[in-house]
Amino acid sequence: MTTTTFEPWVRKRPAWAVIASKEFSDHLLSVRFVALLAIMGMVALATVYTAAVELRDVAPQTVGEPGLFLRLFTVASDTLRLSFLQFIGLLAPILGIAYGFDAVNGERSQGTLPRLVSQPIHRDDVINGKFVAGLGVVGLTVVIVAFLVAGLGIFLLGVVPGPGEIIRLIAWTLAAIAYIGVWLAFATLCSVMTRRAATSAIVSIGVWLLLAIFGSMIFELLAGVISPVIAGDPFSEAANLRTQIALSRISPITLYQEASTVLLSPGVRTVGLVTLEQLDRAILSRLSFGQSVLLVWPQLVGMVAATVVIFAFAYIRFMRQEVRA
Amino acid sequence: MASRTPLIEARKLTKKYGDLAAVNGINLSIAAGEVFGLLGPNGAGKTTTILMLLGLTEPTSGSARVGGLDPTREPLAVKRRVGYMPDAVGFYEDMTGRENLRYTARLNEVEDELVEDRIQTLLEEVGLADAADSPVGTYSRGMRQRLGVADALVKDPQVVILDEPTAAIDPQGVADMLELIRNLAHRDGRAVLLSSHLLHQVQEICDRIAIFVKGKVVAEGTPDELGAKLAKGQARFEVVADTTEEALRGALGDQVTVRGEGSRWQVTLPSAQTRSVLRKLVDADIPVRGLTDLNADLDEIYRRYFEREEVSA
Repeated sequence: MTTTTFEPWVRKRPAWAVIASKEFSDHLLSVRFVALLAIMGMVALATVYTAAVELRDVAPQTVGEPGLFLRLFTVASDTLRLSFLQFIGLLAPILGIAYGFDAVNGERSQGTLPRLVSQPIHRDDVINGKFVAGLGVVGLTVVIVAFLVAGLGIFLLGVVPGPGEIIRLIAWTLAAIAYIGVWLAFATLCSVMTRRAATSAIVSIGVWLLLAIFGSMIFELLAGVISPVIAGDPFSEAANLRTQIALSRISPITLYQEASTVLLSPGVRTVGLVTLEQLDRAILSRLSFGQSVLLVWPQLVGMVAATVVIFAFAYIRFMRQEVRA
Repeated sequence: MASRTPLIEARKLTKKYGDLAAVNGINLSIAAGEVFGLLGPNGAGKTTTILMLLGLTEPTSGSARVGGLDPTREPLAVKRRVGYMPDAVGFYEDMTGRENLRYTARLNEVEDELVEDRIQTLLEEVGLADAADSPVGTYSRGMRQRLGVADALVKDPQVVILDEPTAAIDPQGVADMLELIRNLAHRDGRAVLLSSHLLHQVQEICDRIAIFVKGKVVAEGTPDELGAKLAKGQARFEVVADTTEEALRGALGDQVTVRGEGSRWQVTLPSAQTRSVLRKLVDADIPVRGLTDLNADLDEIYRRYFEREEVSA
């Protein structure tokens, strides 16, 4: 006869990994992935190409300068006015948003959520697996773009990056992934909070554009209110600038810009306010990789922490929701 | 058979949303090899009950046991052995039917060597073998529902819960689906709980039925028992014959009440006299073309229970 008591059941492989691998392969086969990779790749190649062309003109004077290769990434050409780093800072959020905005409400509108959670998994496996898959595909895109750019750089400049430069590039890749992670977490949160994928996409894209386009304006205004500039008082001006910088660090875009600039330019020694007196007779020198990391450690930790906090919020909201729409 | 301990058991199971009781102190007991039907209109609390049995919603009070386990405490062990097809089941549109089932199998850690054969068998059983490798986006609603049944069975569950399994299936498909559901219990020995508002289907395949109205079970039993309970000692038949009221009275005796005209008649008589109604009619030379026992017809039962609820509410 049939047993009437069920034995306890233990999984061999964590359920989030099963979900993550399904989501990851879905992403890789999606039009999204191809389109985003193409956009990011083209933008990256364009910035690096124009930078390389201009660098080539000055290259003869800088032969032997160890940071030359990395300047491909940090130099804004006269034609595009934005460096590779800045372009990534502006455009990369779309990557995070694209892989997160329909994570949960997509399952809801397809009617797959009740079926999914009635399988022998915990509910958090769903959101964890999806986040891991999103981060995985984002990481893959960033790595591909970095390789593309480095390859083109070697080809155009004829300079091969040294080990120090490679390490800095790897560190930058990680920082960029952490930065996009913030946006992925934010888009995931939107997908939990809104019923429809379109709403969630609009909200997350709206926040991104707001910060990217009007961010500095808003922070300037706020700083003007908090510590106003008094005419003829240089200290008030400095205070105002400091407030501006501090406020702008709320935005992950600033954190990323600072972190990546320092990580890729050994010559940059501070991310704060520097007066001319401080620069007077300063000896131009390069920071070691360790010192650069130390300089932007708060920025790096800040991005990871923002990701964790936003994701935790999405997690809690999701756990408390009813399965039924 | 009767001594068997039930696979699904609910005692005073209650779920409240604020002041509103979606499910109000229901008792259920379903054994292996049995098809149990939850019958009731939409919003009666059927789905909420099912979600509590799966541990997807926590009961406000009362207890649920599935396979002897508390679904809220040990959701994994319960969900591994309970196949569930939700109402308005959805699938990943870009994936084929087969791929969707494969994903469910992986989530359930079905042994690799069993997966492909089992999926193929199930797809054949629900009549989707030909469409198995097309994306679900191209499926009709009825096909999705049949895939949903296959999906619930991928884990080879001991308990199968189907929420409105025939709602979107075309009439020809319904008979196949009902046969399939019956087999799950009677042939394979699983406990089957299905919810529906379509009483004819429930009547056809369920061994026992609970009539669910506004979060309460207003009646429970086999279709025959439910009929008898309501009839209060009266048996009702529909007679199809070209005859007259007098002829029917003459054939069935004084205690009969006859309504109708032409060739359709409703006769009511004390249950004690229901034996050999057909013979009496034939003996009286009434040209009977059809005879239906209305007591066994849930349509009637259903309507009467609702009328009663409407009045008391």
